[in-house]
Amino acid sequence: MSLILWTMQLVIVPALSPLSIGIVRKIKAKFQNRIGASIFQPYRDLWKILHKDEVISEDASWIFKFAPYLIFSVTVILGASIPIFTAVFSENLLSDLLVMIYLIAFGTFFLALAGMDVGSAFGGFGSSREMTVAALTEGGLMFSLLALAFSGHSTNLFVIAGTVSSLPLLSLSPIFLAFGAFIIALLAETARFPFDNPATHLELTMIHEAMILEYSGKRLALIEWAAANKFLIFLALGANLFFPWGISLSTNLIDILFALAVFLIKILILCLFVAVLESSIAKFRFFRLPDLLFTSFILSMIAISLII
Amino acid sequence: MFNLLTSSNVFFFALILWLLGAFGSLVLRRNDQVANWWGNFFAIFGAIAALTASLPVLISGPVFSFSIASSLPLVSLSFNVDKLSAFFIFVISLIAFFTSVYALSYIKQYYRHYNIGALGFFYNIFLVGMVMVVSASNVLFFLIVWEIMSLSSYFLVIFENKEKDNVKAGSLYFIMTHLGTAFIALAFLLLYRATGFLDFGAIKENIGVATPLVKNIIFILAFIGFGTKAGIIPFHIWLPSAHPAAPSYVSALMSGVMIKTGIYMFIRIFMDVMPDAPLWWGVVILIFGATSSLLGVLYALTEHDIKKLLAYHSIENIGIILMGLGGSLVFWSLNMMPLAILGLVAALFHTLNHAIFKSLLFMGAGSVISATHTRNMEEYGGLIKYMPQTAFFFLIGSMAISALPPFNGFFSEWLTFQSLFAGVGALDVSVRWVFVLAAGSLAFTGGLAAMCFVKAFGAVFLARPRNEEVCHATESGITPRISMAALAALTLIIGFSAGPTANILSGVVNDLCIFHSSQPAFYSTALTVGLRNNFASVSMPLILISILVALAFTFFIVSFITRNKKIKIGATWDCGTALDSRMEITSTGFARAVISIFRGVLMPTKQVSVEYRDEDMRYFQKTETVELGVHDIYQSHFYQPIYLFIIKVSEQVKRIQSGNVNMYILYILIILMALLLIVNI
Repeated sequence: MSLILWTMQLVIVPALSPLSIGIVRKIKAKFQNRIGASIFQPYRDLWKILHKDEVISEDASWIFKFAPYLIFSVTVILGASIPIFTAVFSENLLSDLLVMIYLIAFGTFFLALAGMDVGSAFGGFGSSREMTVAALTEGGLMFSLLALAFSGHSTNLFVIAGTVSSLPLLSLSPIFLAFGAFIIALLAETARFPFDNPATHLELTMIHEAMILEYSGKRLALIEWAAANKFLIFLALGANLFFPWGISLSTNLIDILFALAVFLIKILILCLFVAVLESSIAKFRFFRLPDLLFTSFILSMIAISLII
Repeated sequence: MFNLLTSSNVFFFALILWLLGAFGSLVLRRNDQVANWWGNFFAIFGAIAALTASLPVLISGPVFSFSIASSLPLVSLSFNVDKLSAFFIFVISLIAFFTSVYALSYIKQYYRHYNIGALGFFYNIFLVGMVMVVSASNVLFFLIVWEIMSLSSYFLVIFENKEKDNVKAGSLYFIMTHLGTAFIALAFLLLYRATGFLDFGAIKENIGVATPLVKNIIFILAFIGFGTKAGIIPFHIWLPSAHPAAPSYVSALMSGVMIKTGIYMFIRIFMDVMPDAPLWWGVVILIFGATSSLLGVLYALTEHDIKKLLAYHSIENIGIILMGLGGSLVFWSLNMMPLAILGLVAALFHTLNHAIFKSLLFMGAGSVISATHTRNMEEYGGLIKYMPQTAFFFLIGSMAISALPPFNGFFSEWLTFQSLFAGVGALDVSVRWVFVLAAGSLAFTGGLAAMCFVKAFGAVFLARPRNEEVCHATESGITPRISMAALAALTLIIGFSAGPTANILSGVVNDLCIFHSSQPAFYSTALTVGLRNNFASVSMPLILISILVALAFTFFIVSFITRNKKIKIGATWDCGTALDSRMEITSTGFARAVISIFRGVLMPTKQVSVEYRDEDMRYFQKTETVELGVHDIYQSHFYQPIYLFIIKVSEQVKRIQSGNVNMYILYILIILMALLLIVNI
């Protein structure tokens, strides 16, 4: 039984992440009065580019060639070590808060290096912007999750999910503040509005897309898939750490099926939220972003001061 | 036979080997090759001897001490090597071993230009000085060896004296280090006055008679004095100019271990010799640590001189070490011993880690500089193709210093975070906020450090060459590569064996009197390290293994699916224009966004000078020059006012020098009467 659970835990993020991207795109299309592509289109895209030949720049070094494998692997490890449908894996030694944040930084580090490697003007500026945003997000991201860690008396993500779900409703108001801070960090880390536009290739605005401009074929597929994984990981963290109700506290089959259903509904709601946000606000100017990120940090500081 | 091989004898043997190396290379200075080999081989043997002397003490802990009476009054050549000293001797000799191996071929570029004998002399004396600083147990003897260390490093800084900038940097270092020594001497004099002893052990036993006021003054003096050596902001101004001036392997030693002697003395004085620290000492250290780390990394981002960039990162990492130490002092003054041990272990662990990856990075930078003959990062680019191995080692160092798992830097930052989090959870409201802010500063520091090393690695090694020199660069010699490879492996090994290492370090901390009967707040096994209250746990081996496994799986599955696909090599997409090196991002451009965001702190300056074709009709520009820089606020707001004040006072004092002999006789008379009056009272 636990072996099956482990496999599910390991596979669920890479398996569902393209779907979450597809759902967001579909909702955005509806907002724009388009029918939009099927929600399964991202799977077909991945399959298609995975089977294409590749063009690699003559200036690229091994970093450019190696980075997609590493970035993808890191997201798979992260996906396996966060609470998805059950909180029983509290013995998982990788699901420490700081390990998670620094593993995310690991992926970003190599993505930014790969962006600089080919020596195009786009890649370099993409890396610079990405690292600026990532560096300033780290405080807000860490402290918003730390607020939860203090109310759950542990930095283990599974334990947090388990304890927060049993807290009385009254004690949750600071957690909502922390959730606000987390949402800002989520949008910044997953390259969404108002930080980045996932649908543009306009050189003045792009961050994430600028770094991966030179990729093609299987490496592009890996990078795109990793980005989708990261998006789903952040959604799952938001859903299961801040609103852990419905998560299974046992290995009972019915509990787990129920928890899976609840998880999907929560992810759907968060996808809807992101899509609505992207359809209703404009992208910020780059130098306005730090204000937003510092807001995230200060919100989580307030949350922490209310909790401890 | 084996009786002779006690730690203390081996320790002495190491000192003698280094002294032999020093004077021998001076004697053999006529032949560059021989002087180089003599100096560095004795440095290597000395380092091995010092390692073997310190390891048994570090692990099992037979403290050894001895003193040699001297004919001078008050001074005795007394050493005392407990676990704390042994730890620092271990770190110093470990790094010294690798830098000496590195130096063997690195020094070749100085042949026939500079005096290799003098280099070997000062280098070995420097090693002797550092090791004696962390083992001296007599105050006056300590000041002497401290001075030996400072002076020999000064001569190493100005070694390349044909460049004017280096001499200037050396002078600044000379002045600052002696200002620091003055504060230290004052602190020690006060200690002597309060207790009547000059021996650290005796002072410790009699410190009870000192009043809190005296202790507080000693704290401030010692903090400034040793803080200057450690490079805490605002006493850091010598560091970013002195470290780059020295030969790179000496920079590695200075940045990696010499500034740590300041940390050693902080621990020795505040936690061993002067127990019962009040709460505010720890708070002060914590605040200075948090500011140093954040400002250090911000200044590093503004640099485009690769060695200055690394020097600013030393300030950042000293800040991180101080956060562990300050947290530990706070916990200790509140009698929370387990957490105090946690904080101090974090500080020591980061001391070890920083020594390893910083010396690795300085060596990498040194190889790059000797291949390209410039320190300006804007002129590199694409070096990964010309120096692939150096690039790889530098990348490992960059990942370790950016605290990326599974390298060692991550673990010590993790421990520091845990000690700060514990403070947030356990302390009173007022002190708690200091811990919250320190943790916040550490979080931002981590992110910005990663950014800074993406910048450094990207600008130096990636993309296309920006300068002709780069295209002629070749891989450095065999010994530099060996020592870089070994240090790179060490970052991973220490990361992998974080649990056992933490155990040894908590033994070191337990050896300090105040922690004798306390348990640390964490447990560590070969697989995991975690807090005893189950707040957090981490498994460094598991992180490494899961990354490797996931990588292997991804690689094989993807390679299998795409096995029939071709890879074509093409040019980078350039929007149809001619591709040249000016399209790549520069290191200045990379960091410009962050500098603009933090312009309130960094105070960037921008000077635009335009030359027009026709001065009257200012329409057509001939040239436009933009100079970007960062305003040195410490110079203008801290040192300049002090300097002006001293000048002003001196001007006033000058008035009594009238040149009239009668006046001088009058002065003598007044002083004599005053003295008589005082004696009579």
